[in-house]
Amino acid sequence: MRFSKFIVVAAGIAAIASAAAAQQAAMPAYKGIGTPATKQEIQAEDISISREGKGLPPGSGSAKEGAGIFAEKCAVCHGVNGEGAKIGPALVTDKNAHESLTTMKPVRSLAAYWPYATMVWDYIHRAMPRNQGGTLAPNEVYALTAFILYKNGIVQESDVLDQKTLPNVHMPNRDGFVPARLEDISDEHKRGCKQGICP
Amino acid sequence: MNPKKPTRRLFLKNGAALAGLALGAPAVAKSVEGADAPLERVDQLHQHGERSHFVDSIRHGSINNPERHLPDEPRAFGLTSPIQDSSGMVTPASLHFVISHGYEPPDINPKEHRLLIHGMVDRPMTLSVDDIKRLPSVSKFHFIECHGNSTTGGLGGPQRVSPDATAQDTHGYTSCSQWTGVMLSLILEQAGLQKSGTWIVAEGADDYKHSKSIPIGKAMDDALVAYAQNGEPVRPEQGFPLRLVVPGFQGINNVKWLHRINVVDEPYMGMMEVTRYPRLMPDGKSRWFEFELGPKSVITRPSGGHHLQGPGFYEITGLAWSGGGTIRRVEVSTDGGKIWKDAKMQDPILRKAHTRFTIPWNWDGGEAMLMSRCTDDNGVVQPSLAEVAKIWGTDPDFFKKTTLITSDMNAIQPWKVNADGSIKNAIF
Repeated sequence: MRFSKFIVVAAGIAAIASAAAAQQAAMPAYKGIGTPATKQEIQAEDISISREGKGLPPGSGSAKEGAGIFAEKCAVCHGVNGEGAKIGPALVTDKNAHESLTTMKPVRSLAAYWPYATMVWDYIHRAMPRNQGGTLAPNEVYALTAFILYKNGIVQESDVLDQKTLPNVHMPNRDGFVPARLEDISDEHKRGCKQGICP
Repeated sequence: MNPKKPTRRLFLKNGAALAGLALGAPAVAKSVEGADAPLERVDQLHQHGERSHFVDSIRHGSINNPERHLPDEPRAFGLTSPIQDSSGMVTPASLHFVISHGYEPPDINPKEHRLLIHGMVDRPMTLSVDDIKRLPSVSKFHFIECHGNSTTGGLGGPQRVSPDATAQDTHGYTSCSQWTGVMLSLILEQAGLQKSGTWIVAEGADDYKHSKSIPIGKAMDDALVAYAQNGEPVRPEQGFPLRLVVPGFQGINNVKWLHRINVVDEPYMGMMEVTRYPRLMPDGKSRWFEFELGPKSVITRPSGGHHLQGPGFYEITGLAWSGGGTIRRVEVSTDGGKIWKDAKMQDPILRKAHTRFTIPWNWDGGEAMLMSRCTDDNGVVQPSLAEVAKIWGTDPDFFKKTTLITSDMNAIQPWKVNADGSIKNAIF
């Protein structure tokens, strides 16, 4: 009897100890430093969009809707047809711009160079219009993305872009990057990079 | 004595002081008009030192110079550090190079600034600058170098290849500071880094919210969140109040005005890192997410634009650095690479920091070709231009013709000394 009691007590102590250990693992090493971030706080700040569209908010837009927004908010810097001006780079370039990448004067434009359409959404959303980044509503960003891609001949005028369709837009230079597989990117030594130059 | 006229900056300072004193003593008002200017200047030197007005070394670059605007980034500008005037291995913060992708530094109140850590962490949290200053600190000397430093093409290319180029024109996009802050690994552990987190996305609070993907291995190795540079708060154009320092990696990784770190499981395709910084090779394919900068050195004195007064003794001195580690050896040639002699390296010699080297030289008054090459502790030797071309899979002519930024250009830099004492850039 006394023996079994001892076992119960020992088990109790062990349980307390393991609970304490679990709690310790959940505690930061340096007490009283940092404030837990709430979901709302994170949501308000988190503008990261992955290449597959992780992080894209609900909403949608087409080139037709984007045309008016572009004329109102973008054309002043990027030109009425997105041809570029003193402040904003060209957003619309020749169909053959992609072929320039093997020449001595490569055009690294959005249509000729950017690998993912989600990046267009991300950049407009975080940075545009200049000095007013974050002020466009998701629908406006979808519409502007559609308009720019349409002007470059990458989507149709009537195509509606949203969380699902945008990541599926195929950019002309999608396969222009080495290494192709994302999981091969992080280790430069495995990639055989030397002196900052990767084969 | 004829003290220099108070600069506009001093005048503005006085204006601010006046406002602060709420129409203070008449003596102050008098000084604004210049009557007490000498005394005023001494006062300010005592409060916050300024260099001698006989020293005129400055950053220079391409702000408002239409000829140097990139068509795909028309408002970008870069300011190079005057390394031809440098001594030792530390760059004064006021002369640290600056690259801007078209925006002025944000004016951030450090009391309101927060760093958010979220994503694949157990305890997403915000840290104030004061929180970060309470954590165990480190002070480390590290260089930061733009991947486009020494490029023969693109922004700065024409200046870099000109025979009249100075070391500032050829190699001015590198600087070295003592950074004080907290190891990023400590901050990520404080937030409870999860095993699934394989990358971080670091983001700045600037107007285009620059974001950069960095592998977790590097983040947990030697990256730090810096709040001080060379003993003072990080300067606004360098990222005040917080800057991520990622030793040895291309400059773009050192996110200024750091306000958010998202722990994720793949690289996120930030605009700058994916559309401007990949190495577009002659075959039209790009190598993306290159990080580590190779070994590089340059003779800073005597160098392009300097003028030798006459035959006799000169100390040759310069800087060497490598993103791969510590500089183990620097060699100098005065005859265009026929004979190489070991230079002396000055303490401190530190990982991923500028290392100052010197070697004595007696100039006989004839033509000479000054070059330096370094070796890091991985045994990697700084290449010649021909060797760089080989690594790129092209010929040296490519570097003359291309309009591309030839990133990570670490070719040996030759300076031609003419019989009249003039010194010219001889990269081509």
